[in-house]
Amino acid sequence: MKQEIIIAGFGGQGVLMMGKILAYSGLMDDKEVTWMPSYGPEQRGGTANVTVILSDDRISSPVLDAYDVVVALNQQSIDKFSGRVKPGGILIYDSNGIHNPPVRSDITILPIDAMEATFRIGHPKAYNMVVLGALLEAMPYKLPMENVAKGLMKSLPERHHNLIPLNREAIEIGRKLLSK
Amino acid sequence: MKGNEAVAHAAIRYGCDGYFGYPITPQSEVLETLEALMPWETTGMVVLQAESEVAAINMVYGGAASGKAVMTSSSSPGISLKQEGISYMAGAFLPALILNVMRGGPGLGTIQPSQADYFQATKGGGHGDYHLIVLAPSSVQEMVDFVGLGFDLAFKYRVPSMILADGIVGQMMEKVVLPPFRPRRTDEEIRKQCPWATNGRTGKRKRNVVTSLELESSRMEEVNHRLQECYREIEKAETRCEEIDTDDADYLIVAFGSIARICAKAMELAREKGIKVGILRPITLWPFPKEAVRKAADGKKGILCVELNAGQMIEDVRLAIHDCIPVEHYGRLGGIIPSPTEIVEALENKIIEK
Repeated sequence: MKQEIIIAGFGGQGVLMMGKILAYSGLMDDKEVTWMPSYGPEQRGGTANVTVILSDDRISSPVLDAYDVVVALNQQSIDKFSGRVKPGGILIYDSNGIHNPPVRSDITILPIDAMEATFRIGHPKAYNMVVLGALLEAMPYKLPMENVAKGLMKSLPERHHNLIPLNREAIEIGRKLLSK
Repeated sequence: MKGNEAVAHAAIRYGCDGYFGYPITPQSEVLETLEALMPWETTGMVVLQAESEVAAINMVYGGAASGKAVMTSSSSPGISLKQEGISYMAGAFLPALILNVMRGGPGLGTIQPSQADYFQATKGGGHGDYHLIVLAPSSVQEMVDFVGLGFDLAFKYRVPSMILADGIVGQMMEKVVLPPFRPRRTDEEIRKQCPWATNGRTGKRKRNVVTSLELESSRMEEVNHRLQECYREIEKAETRCEEIDTDDADYLIVAFGSIARICAKAMELAREKGIKVGILRPITLWPFPKEAVRKAADGKKGILCVELNAGQMIEDVRLAIHDCIPVEHYGRLGGIIPSPTEIVEALENKIIEK
């Protein structure tokens, strides 16, 4: 098993944090993991992305040019990464504000309305957890929810552990966006 | 955890006595993590944010002169500022650990990853005939391991060690196994391990002097010869590298640090296409693994040096093999990281189709 994933969006959307929780969840599931962020000014409002690799074996490059799963949360990210999904791979994107949706017939394209789902919870900061839920649902590698819960515990500082139930709820709502 | 955070944990666990630093991207997490962990309350390790890089390196000089295990970290422009202090430490036979998480230059450059400080790290950097022991980590685990190795080698040979990392290894998160806690050495143990240290005369021992100054030329030459002898010993005993599938390969890629990992992926892609490539990854950049490169090059059709610079390590590779087979360079500058596919293309265009 090897999953090469990139999550891309605006700085501030929680892209890096989402990748971190995914990486820690993989770690809790006994996988080799690598989390490689874009860093610096991008974290503060530009475009941000994070590459997460989960694997049974030793991971070579932390930097890739083709991915099994791409999560794109704005138009720029769709433009940049839709061509880099491996044939047969998956592209998940948030359809809000997208005027130029991705077109490819050799991959699975999954639009989600994560923003609307987030408003339903009434907690806008849980947006990235909704997206994470959708990613976990769509990803061929099925990460057990108990390990995602452990991943949340590991990656959130203790003072935020009271938010874990809310985050889990958001993940479940995200899952439902893609479970049929 | 992140590579930079891992260094902080490793330093405390090694029994490091002091860290003196000044923030600069992409390595500020070293100082931040140390401050968050507050080791002065547990092991007694000093963590100090100095007023500048120059101050920090001179604090390291002072700590090292008293036999303490001390370190500093910075990124390229900050390391340039530290060069005077590093040269003085080399001249005074002082052990210390310096971490450079390289970013693009010259000047303030960019905060994105680079390997453009290879020359500076391996050929001296400051003035005078000296070398540092230079270790190039390619994973977060090696960031941890090289803290211990760097200190051990520094004390064994009384030479400053440098961990030459880059923004990728510093910023990326991976699984790590941390070493067990080791207590800091007691004053008694330091006296025993470092009889040269200026840590107060007890009993009737001779006065110790730690200096890089010697105005009498014949004595200065002697000091220089002693340094050079020490370097020859290090070259003999401490050269390290990793080889991946070099035995059956037609072509060789030589790359260090995180870029060697990208090359490993490129190697997988190339082998899928039927191109037999192997990788040699120097772990010690100084001493450079000349013998290993020479042996690995034997029978190969060509070598591609992949570096995040305009061609620096390639000089050592060409010297090692006396240009007996074609050696070409591929690199990106200014913080751009090459993709595995790009490296395969470079191998095809620069070596195979030539």
